[in-house]
Amino acid sequence: MIALRVVAFVLGGLVLQSALVRVVGGGAIDLGLVAVVSVALLYGRVAGLLAGTLAGLVQDALGGGVLGMSGLGKSVAGYLTGVVGTQFIVTQTVSRFLVFVGATVMNGALFVGLSVLLGLRHYDRPFLDVALQGVGNAVIGVLLFHLIEFLPGAREWWRVVLERRRKRRFH
Amino acid sequence: MLRPDASSRARYLFVAVVVGHVLLISAQVGSPSGPSLFRLAFVGVVTETQRATWALVGGVRSVWDGYMALRGVRAENERLARENTELRVLLQQERAHAGAAEQLRGLLDLRARVPWTTTGAEVVAGSTSPDFRSVTIDKGLSDGVRRDMPVIAPAGVVGRVALPGGHTATVQLIIDRSAAAAGRIERSRTEGIALGNGDGTLRFEYLSATADVVQRGDVVVTAGIDGMYPAGLVLGHIERVERNGPSYRLVTIRPVVDFSTLETVLVLLAPTPVWTPAATARDEKVIR
Repeated sequence: MIALRVVAFVLGGLVLQSALVRVVGGGAIDLGLVAVVSVALLYGRVAGLLAGTLAGLVQDALGGGVLGMSGLGKSVAGYLTGVVGTQFIVTQTVSRFLVFVGATVMNGALFVGLSVLLGLRHYDRPFLDVALQGVGNAVIGVLLFHLIEFLPGAREWWRVVLERRRKRRFH
Repeated sequence: MLRPDASSRARYLFVAVVVGHVLLISAQVGSPSGPSLFRLAFVGVVTETQRATWALVGGVRSVWDGYMALRGVRAENERLARENTELRVLLQQERAHAGAAEQLRGLLDLRARVPWTTTGAEVVAGSTSPDFRSVTIDKGLSDGVRRDMPVIAPAGVVGRVALPGGHTATVQLIIDRSAAAAGRIERSRTEGIALGNGDGTLRFEYLSATADVVQRGDVVVTAGIDGMYPAGLVLGHIERVERNGPSYRLVTIRPVVDFSTLETVLVLLAPTPVWTPAATARDEKVIR
């Protein structure tokens, strides 16, 4: 059941990104990464890792790039976000914002770094691009979590998630 | 025998996934022999799913549009009637222009059609990643589409076929960070390389620094020497020129194609002709 939710979350993010890119040009937001980070915060590091792999491979395949480039960055970002979500309490707006920015920086560092290292792509201002995308992803991610918390039954579900994390942290 | 706990298993899985990705990347980078079977199979599955999703979304949208169209149809009719009147006047003017153009066409002995075999394709999806500027079209290997075939729109160059699947193909847009085309400034005939910036523009590099060859507003066309794009296709207009002493520091091209509203494109099916100066001049006349 969790696996289905994770797949739905990731594919939903990618479909929305596909529509967004055509309407506003994309660039400043990566909804695939937002979905991966959200999955990692909700379901833990393994879910984040696998969600990152799925999202990245699909993006690479459809984008025509080298398979694994996006997957590597997103897998690492998803896993580390899951670790952070387990070790720290990430329920405040500021902490969530920082997690999304951090995950974007991690993903960007790996993707841009590998691209430049292998001579595959050219970046004029990589730091600014990644920073802007970090802010864009964080805003969307924080809003998404606020939306999730307003859904019916969300409070109870969120309590279960936090309880599960607490057990993981101490056992 | 000790069994690894959940935490260790997660770490092992993490390491396995990272190593898997690195091996995957290593297997592709620097390989001279086209896309692998694995890649083609993976892309085929993903693009077919995307095509099906797009068809479903299109169906829902069409039903919704139909419903919305029924509402306010009267106001729409009135507006259309007004537009019809205005368009009739415009049509008269355009007929006069067309007559003049036809005379000029005869004088210049231009051929009326593009000399290459083409196939029309519909854009069925955009890129799912902000790092790639690409679109998926509904024509693939079964329609004769092959890797590196140029893709154009009425306004100019769209990009190249990056990865053809069975019935769909991924087209790398010319504005992608890893896209490039040999370009020529129409006014000064100076050649350079147009490279995608990833932000909707191109930068023009390897220009001669010995003369004032670039001006804002100059039209840049394909040079036809890169073995991919035929000569004379419009790439865009020079938007920005920055100099650093005698050399050009930054020359930016604004593409003529609006990639956000791209719906139909043409794929040039025939191989790009081998470049010769005479052929280049002839092709430019034909296309433009």
